[in-house]
Amino acid sequence: MAGVVVVGASLGGLRAADALARSGYSGGITLVGDEPHQPYNRPPLSKEALLEAQDFDAIRLRSSAKPGTVSLVTGVRAASVDLGRGLLFLSDGRELAFEGLVAATGLRPRALGIPKPSAGVVVLRTYEDLVRLRSELATVKDVAIIGAGFIGCELAASLTQLGYRVSVIAPENVPMLRPLGEELGAALMRHHLRAGVAFGLERLPVAIEGCERPERVVCNDGSSFEAQLVIEAVGSAANTEWLEGNGLDLSDGILCDERLSFGGDGRFLAVGDVARFPNLAFDAVPRRVEHWGIAVDTGRYAGKALGRLLSSGEVSPAFTPMPAFWSDQFELRIQSFGIPGLVTDASEIRVLEGDLDGEVVVGYHRDGTLVGVVLVGFAQSHMKYRAAVAESLEAAAGASS
Amino acid sequence: MKVIVDLNKCNDHGQCVYSAPEVFSLNGRGELSFRDEARDIYVSDQLDESLRDALEEAADICPMQAIEIEG
Repeated sequence: MAGVVVVGASLGGLRAADALARSGYSGGITLVGDEPHQPYNRPPLSKEALLEAQDFDAIRLRSSAKPGTVSLVTGVRAASVDLGRGLLFLSDGRELAFEGLVAATGLRPRALGIPKPSAGVVVLRTYEDLVRLRSELATVKDVAIIGAGFIGCELAASLTQLGYRVSVIAPENVPMLRPLGEELGAALMRHHLRAGVAFGLERLPVAIEGCERPERVVCNDGSSFEAQLVIEAVGSAANTEWLEGNGLDLSDGILCDERLSFGGDGRFLAVGDVARFPNLAFDAVPRRVEHWGIAVDTGRYAGKALGRLLSSGEVSPAFTPMPAFWSDQFELRIQSFGIPGLVTDASEIRVLEGDLDGEVVVGYHRDGTLVGVVLVGFAQSHMKYRAAVAESLEAAAGASS
Repeated sequence: MKVIVDLNKCNDHGQCVYSAPEVFSLNGRGELSFRDEARDIYVSDQLDESLRDALEEAADICPMQAIEIEG
């Protein structure tokens, strides 16, 4: 019997399988993952799991499906798929027939194509990566992190707290520039600097020098940073190769409609950071969203929508979530609602409350609409500002319809 | 049905409050209000079955995976 296959057994895939099982779908649900583990939670890898030396049990994700309703297959990759025939081909030679498919294969970290030694250069995406990072950390003092996004900055904070000398190297002029804008990025950078993090910004690494292990990172402006361990946190590539040959737009993740379905068929949905979809609460532009919360929300939506479609033929309303992300760096909790990254014009990014060198709330405006807020601290005000974004978006939608 | 919150895992993200405001709230310091009545582990009274969907969403959306539903 052809049931539903969920390809990718991390957060988004697990939540999709859970929601489908809870919808009462009885056609059989298989969750396929290429990692050897049960589903686990990735955000702690750069924070709690590193700082508190947590083991795997501490980051394992619980399933809310009734035992026995979802079959989990681990350690196996999806090699290819034939959407027309409803057949998935696994890397161990097995074939799975399906009437519905959820693509949840996520991203893999990119590595820089520069000369580097064979040991002592790592990325952080999986639990195995964390185990490797921990063992590498045992013998080093100086760590260079290439990339100044959230993962790079969280790692910089965690490793500084653990007593390492950390340098962050990136082409931008402030860390977290694209998601947060220049002013807030600069304020957070001052915080990192006070805590002892060194920054090598507005430059690109050209080589990681060293014989067997790194000794230094050399940049295109001639500067160099001492490091016995280098962490590459330079962005990701979507895992979509297995979907090739089906006439899909895979240019940046899987192009989906506003119901997360792809290939023009509501029985095929994508979830998590591999899905490029329009959020009509903001506009009609399809985007990939690399937030933990979006993996949960897309997974829950897709499982429910697919269950409804396959059981009763009913089509679900469009998926219009309120995006939210957080980041912990030193004692700072950074919380975002909406899509601050939509706004690049600095004059449209304004402090709403507090000040940039302490607790602060920053608002991101587009055509008079508050499309995002970022709070550093102000924990008691999260609800208020989340509601402010939602109300502003609703008012804008009301005005344009 | 009861909800159990591991207050040592909980990091006061407050995402549960959006999913199940009938059950979860933050206190004036921005902490989960259950901290005012329990240490380590909070166990609720029996909750109404009508809250199940909201509680399951809260458990799913908890970044620290600190929320469990029992029964």
